[in-house]
Amino acid sequence: MHSDKRGREFYLLAIFFVVFVLFLYGPLSAILILSFQGPNGGLTFPLNGVSLRWFANLFETQAVGDFGGSFRRSAMLGIMVMIVTVVVSLLAGLAFRRRFIGSTALFYLAVASLVVPSIIISLGIGVVFQQLGFQPSWYSSAFGAHLTWTLPFGVLIMFAVFNRFSPAYEEAARDLGASSWQTFRHVVLPMIAPSLVGVGLFGFTLSYDEFARTLMTAGTFNTLPLEIYGMTTNVTTPVLYALGTVTTVFSFLVIAGTLGLIVHLNRRRLRS
Amino acid sequence: MATIASSETEPAKAEGAKPKSFRLSPAAISYLQATPLALILGAFLLLPILMISVVSFWDYDFAQMYPDFLTMNYAETLGSWVTWKTYLNTLKFAFLVWTITLVVGFWVAYFLAFHIRTTAMQMVLFLVCTVPFLTSNIIRMISWIPVLGRNGLVNTTLINAGIIPEPIEWLLYSDFAVVLAMVHLYTLFMVTPIFNTLMRIDKSLVEAARDAGATSWQTLTNVILPLAKPGMAIGTIFVVTLVMADFSTVQVMSGGQSASVALMMKNQMSLLQYPAAAANAVVLLVLVLIMVAGILRIVDIRKEL
Repeated sequence: MHSDKRGREFYLLAIFFVVFVLFLYGPLSAILILSFQGPNGGLTFPLNGVSLRWFANLFETQAVGDFGGSFRRSAMLGIMVMIVTVVVSLLAGLAFRRRFIGSTALFYLAVASLVVPSIIISLGIGVVFQQLGFQPSWYSSAFGAHLTWTLPFGVLIMFAVFNRFSPAYEEAARDLGASSWQTFRHVVLPMIAPSLVGVGLFGFTLSYDEFARTLMTAGTFNTLPLEIYGMTTNVTTPVLYALGTVTTVFSFLVIAGTLGLIVHLNRRRLRS
Repeated sequence: MATIASSETEPAKAEGAKPKSFRLSPAAISYLQATPLALILGAFLLLPILMISVVSFWDYDFAQMYPDFLTMNYAETLGSWVTWKTYLNTLKFAFLVWTITLVVGFWVAYFLAFHIRTTAMQMVLFLVCTVPFLTSNIIRMISWIPVLGRNGLVNTTLINAGIIPEPIEWLLYSDFAVVLAMVHLYTLFMVTPIFNTLMRIDKSLVEAARDAGATSWQTLTNVILPLAKPGMAIGTIFVVTLVMADFSTVQVMSGGQSASVALMMKNQMSLLQYPAAAANAVVLLVLVLIMVAGILRIVDIRKEL
């Protein structure tokens, strides 16, 4: 099809793409390098020696607030949001395969959830909890606030998945005498499993990094992004970068693990 | 045929009196499946927005809010020159970031969709672009500080190379830094939908254009660009709403020298002036929804997924 040689356009665009990738990753690597700053080094280059001092500093609780606790809360919250996002998006995706009264309204409500400014959701949930006399906390109000951000992504992904899903497989299963549960469990689920893992990844990482929605809804205990946001204004040592490096490495591990799982699921499906 | 047959057999089955296999109608199943989503969005999206609109009419002092029906919060917000300037500033950021991300996002997506030949390579390069989006926004934002700062990488490099005699001051803590950081954070929201639309363009269309004698530039402007519009529209919705809602980037990257509507709201919230913040929220929400509704007239999201 494309037997002709690469033209000038290709090389120009390839350079543009490389510059774009450098733009995406360059600053991040600056933080990575600076987190190994020597004990007397500051927030900028040059490196004043190399040390692990700032990483050690991170685990002395009194130095930078409650890093361990906020990390645990964020990870827990991420897992909760992930599970609910996967289940609710899957159910909604199945529901949207049929037209029902109100389906368009519900669909646009999900889109609205995506476009309503995050700080408005934060303020709204904060005020609702205050007026109802509930104590806001990361596992109730912040949990709900995060779902308004992750669910629309999940729903849109499932919507796209089922748009491309041929009902022929289910009809075949039914013709062979499978019950609707068996059809779902043995035919539909294995085919959409990689997409569900993708939705889970979105749910976890979007929640783990979210902070505008957590601002008014976290209650007494901070989540990790709130902790980092607080640090940007009052911490003047590279411990901030050390924290950045640690959470970024954690995110990379989660992403790599998930992608590995998706590849594994796809391979297994192709083999069977 | 199949539907006729089934509709004929169904009543017969029902009369066949087998009460043990109780079945829900398909419509009922759909409603049950949609219920969790509707409940969550109702409780954490609709109810809070409703509450904000109510509270925006309330009275308040330094300590608490009093139920009332005052238009004072709106009058104060809309009557203040500062508010209008802040809105203009936010719209300026939205316009600049939108223009840049649209151009950058289109070329990146175009390169991936039309110049990378194998699907595997396309996916790998697309993932390379996606991974930073799944890491912390705040970390990505503050990572510009050692790059742009007074003694940062850019200034040091330029001085050592003898290009400039002293550090450039406007690199960090300026509108430039805000726009740069926003482009850095949000370009992916433009790349993904455009890439998605471009991947769905039938490649034979491009070949037909070439066979008809079109140059690659003509193919681009007459075939690919018009077909890419829905993707651009969806990307625009993402980028514009994200910039309109942003307060952290503006606060950190401008060093407190620039303002945005959301930042103004956040400051009111930290002073416990919730009704004032709520009035601002309503105005901002109406503005954003009008913009989105305008864009949705161009594109049907349900068809693009």
